[in-house]
Order: sequence, then C-alpha cells, then structure tokens
Amino acid sequence: MIEIVSATRCVECDICVKVCPANVFDATESGVPVIARQEDCQTCFLCEIYCPTDALYVAEFAEGPTGITEAQADARQLFGSYARALGWKRGKAGGSEFDPTHRIRVAQ
Amino acid sequence: MPKPQKSASDSLLLQADVLVLGGGPSAAWAAVAAAEASAKVVLADKGYLGTSGATAPSNTGTWCVPPGDNRHAVVERRWQRTGDLADPRWMLRCVDTAYRNLLRLSEWGYPFPSEDDGRLYIANLRGPDYMRFMRRRVLLAGVTVLDHHPALELLSDGDAIVGAAGVARQIGQDWRVDANAVVLATGGCAFRERILGATGLTGDGYLMAAEAGASLSGMEFTGKYTLAPYGSSLNKGLPFRWASFHREDGSPIVGPTGEPLRNGIGDREEEVARALIDGPVYARLDQAEPALQGWLRQGQPNCFVPYDRAGIDPFSELFRITLRAEGTVRGTGGIDIVSDDCATGVPGLYVAGDAASREIMTGAVSGGGAVNSSWALASGWWAGKGASTHAKRRTGKAFRTEVQSLGQAGLRPASSPRVDISAGEVIEAVRSEVTPLDKNFFRTGEGLEKSGERLESVWRDVRDHLQGDGLDRVRTREAASIAAAGRWSVAAALHRTESRGMHRRTDLPGKSPAFAHRLVITGVDAFRIAGAPERLAELAS
Repeated sequence: MIEIVSATRCVECDICVKVCPANVFDATESGVPVIARQEDCQTCFLCEIYCPTDALYVAEFAEGPTGITEAQADARQLFGSYARALGWKRGKAGGSEFDPTHRIRVAQ
Repeated sequence: MPKPQKSASDSLLLQADVLVLGGGPSAAWAAVAAAEASAKVVLADKGYLGTSGATAPSNTGTWCVPPGDNRHAVVERRWQRTGDLADPRWMLRCVDTAYRNLLRLSEWGYPFPSEDDGRLYIANLRGPDYMRFMRRRVLLAGVTVLDHHPALELLSDGDAIVGAAGVARQIGQDWRVDANAVVLATGGCAFRERILGATGLTGDGYLMAAEAGASLSGMEFTGKYTLAPYGSSLNKGLPFRWASFHREDGSPIVGPTGEPLRNGIGDREEEVARALIDGPVYARLDQAEPALQGWLRQGQPNCFVPYDRAGIDPFSELFRITLRAEGTVRGTGGIDIVSDDCATGVPGLYVAGDAASREIMTGAVSGGGAVNSSWALASGWWAGKGASTHAKRRTGKAFRTEVQSLGQAGLRPASSPRVDISAGEVIEAVRSEVTPLDKNFFRTGEGLEKSGERLESVWRDVRDHLQGDGLDRVRTREAASIAAAGRWSVAAALHRTESRGMHRRTDLPGKSPAFAHRLVITGVDAFRIAGAPERLAELAS
C-alpha cells in the first residue's frame, strides 16, 4: 500500500489527492499531501504514475504497511519505477503503442 | 490540515437528462453514448473517472471478433463453455457493438500497438492509458464529471427513477442530481478483497437497484478466484500460464493426469485451490522462454511490480502465492437486464458493465478480463442510448414535488441505530463466509446453510441498526451493500442444487438438467428466487 510521500520530490500539486480512486490522501494548507486513510489503499500504483515528480511510493504488500523508508526506496531506485516500465513520464501517459501483449496472447 | 468542510445543508443540486453513476469503462461509454444522443449528462463517481474500477490498474484483453462469416462460429464455440446459461443473441450483439467501439477508439486516436505487418492491434487495452483517454473523451463530449461524489441512494417519483443523491466526500457536502434517467455503472462486488480496483467495488449499485425494485441474476456465480503473489493486489492470472507450483516441502502440485502442473490458470485453479486449503503454495514462472519473459515484463508491467519491489526474480526463484476472491467482478452476477437497451424493468433505471449480470454473456463461467471488457464497451453504449431515449420521452414533465429517497439499509435503519455495529465488522463478518476457499471455491449444502444463517444474522443487524452520519454514510452504505450481496450470493448458491461452472458443490457434482436456467432474485429484506422462465412470464403479464 501507499507508504511514502517524499517531501523532497513533491511539488505540492495535489494531483494524487485528486486522482486516487480510494481517496487516500488529504491536501494540506502548508505543504505536501498526507496519507490520511492508508487502510483504504487498494495498491493499484496509479498515484505513482500520475505523480509528475515520482514522489510517491506504493509498497507491494496490500494487507498493511511494510515500513520501507524513503532512503531504502531511493537506494533501490524504486521511485517512479512503475511509470518507467509503462512508458509514462512526468505524470503523462505514454508507451501503450509499444505494448507487446499481443505476442503473449499468441504464445498462450 | 484537511480542507474545511461545508455544512450538509449547503448541498449541491444539479439537473440532467441522464445521470451516470460510476467511473470505470462502462460508465465512460454510457456517458459518451448519452451525450452523443444530445442528452445533458452528469457522471458522478465514488472515486476518479480515469483511475476507478478494475480496468484502470490492469492491462486487459477484449473479446474482439471482427465481422464476417467466422463470427457466428466464434460465438458458438464460446457459448459451449458457458454452462448452457449464456444467450448467443446477446453474445453476438455484444461482439458487434464492442468491435465498433474499439474502431471508434482507434478513430479517436487511442495509441494502440501495431502488429508486425503494421496493422493496429485493437484487441487489448492498457488500463491506465485507456481510462485516462476515456476521461478526456467524456469531457470532450460535454459531460459534467463529479469525481469523489459517491452516490448513496436513488430517488423515485413513485413511477420512475428521477435521480440520485450522495455526498461529495472531499468537501463534505451532500449532492443531488435530478435526472430523467439513471445508468448504474457502479461495478461489481469484490467483498473488500484487496485486489486491483476493489476499494470502490462494493456492490453499491446492486443494493440501490434492488431497493428500487430491480432484480438480480447469477449471484451464485461468485466462485472465481485468481492467482496473485501472496499479500499482493495483483489478481492477474496470465503469467501463471507458464508456471510450476510447489508445496512447502518442495513437492510439485500435480494436475488431473498426475503430471506436475505447468499452467495454473483456467480449470487448473482447482488443483491450486485444493493445495492452498492444505497449506502454503509456491510458484515459479519457469515455463516462460526468454523471449516470452521479455514480453511478459514489458506487456504486463503491473504484474512484475510486486516481484521487483520484493527483490524476487519470479522466473528463477520460488515465491509464495495466493488465490484472491473476486466476488462478482470476475464472477457473473449482477443486476438483471430485461431489454436490449439495458433497462432493468424499473422505469428510468439502466445498467451497464459489471453492475449488470453478465450471465447472458458468459453464463456460469468467468468472463475473465476479455468478455467483461467487451461487455463494458457494449453495455455502456446501449445503456447510455437507452437512458437518453427514455429521458427524451420524459422531457417536459416537471419534476414532481413528491420525491422519495429509496435508501434503506446503512442509511435509514429499520430500528434504533446502535454504535456497537460498525461497517468494518460487518464487512469482516461477510468476508469470513464468502471468501475462504473451503467455503466458497468448494461449496457444500451444509456449509452454505451455516453461512446463510450467519449472513441472515449480520443482515438483521445491518437492516435494523447500522447507521452513519456525514461522510461515514459512505462506509455504512458500502457495508450494507456488501452484506446484501453476500446474502444473495449464498442464498442463490443454496438454491442451485447442482454444480455448474464456478459454482462447485462438492456434495452435488455435475450439472442437473433441472437447473439449465438462470436464477433471478427479487427483493431486499424479503427476497424470492425464481427461475428465469418464471421471471419472463411475470414480466409479460
């Protein structure tokens, strides 16, 4: 589930507050959004790809927080890794034209 | 600090020809179709149009059957697999409309991939891109989009549905939309399993529709589960097509022929389910050749997020797996459709996508991603057109002053509210009956009887005492919807005294000719179950 909003990367655009389908974040008047309802996170990773500065990190475990720190995620270059795999950049969609899934369907 | 909340009396009131509830693909298509028919459309979603629902976080195939002589044969072959419950006429018209809408996507400039010969490959939709694209099309069509506006209940003038009411959860303001027709595109019920898209998929539309007098069908077909890395949200079976499976002691899980399983999807989920009831199961994607490994990684990047973040190479290392319950999302149950325009039988109320029963499309077996995706493309279109036609017929009729709010359980308890009954506990109690493999994947009459009794008791508490205030109404209403869906599902499963498709009665193996028809449920608190032929006779009279 969602575990990290990186204050060093975040530009306080509040896009995550808007796009999270589970309404996990709250905007704040004085700074970065907060994870207000972590328990509601559905671990869909979509906030990460909509974030224009790769400031969010969703850990793989959906049942509860893993306790991963920003330094650990940073060291493993995990910030923005799902967006890069898709071909999304700076919160903008991209890469679906290179999707090779049709080759998988043939193999299936 | 959270933003200041407005008082409940300071509520938002809008008027529309067509109100669409939901934010997944069928909601988007319904909104576009209605707007193209010149209707004034409002779309209100619990979450955000573009990320809500099961499609947005996924990469889904479609059931894409081009026109031509072969189409009837393809539909016929697929029908053979539906446990005799699907309707070939609906299947044919679905592939036809879905194909047209896939072409429409291509004309609009959706970035489909190309095949080697340069032709566009339109049979696959990458969820985040598709739903972001659809949001733009909905806005371009002039639809008013209300994100984070969960609906709590439908409104009726005594004859027809005339709108819905809910709460704008990010500003704490109540909303009401008066509309000449409403499309329910609220998705299925995943019983709060932690799967992709499931936070919003709590079956809200089922309860709202049933309160309005609509029926449901196929609710017994909730026995679909999909493999996922243990503890993850990735209920995507495709990579497990090329996997081996092992018990804790390292011994392989074998298939029906005695050979080790090399493919864990489709019917083979049954062997994995049996092993998972005994103890932990591990898998390795070791049947995938290097080229396929690359395509899987690039084509299904969401599936690899859990491995990459946990530091596992799934092609060479064993990792623990689970089967995730998928309720009616990959099951087939939902609101019963009574005519080609996706009407529900309640004047002014239409249904699309997973909120609708997909029994007519896929019978007793799961439609998986592909059939359900095409169904969203087609049923959204029909429901949007149907709703706009109904709205036009009603134009000019002034809204009656007597508008009834139809919401009951979770909003207006039958007896005094009790604070010791919480939404969270209700959901846990339902989950413990409808998600365990040994109760719901493999079913018995005795087990279902016990689950039925427990769910009746949960339902009585919900009906009589569960209530929330302000934003908490969203939670209590979700809990009431989950409790209603679980209760209908178990009752229908008890009624179907045979095995068919994903309804596996270990005490009654095999299909019975006496049950080669759909089961239709009508009513909320006191409900009845009838065979589809009886239901049709009733509608005709």
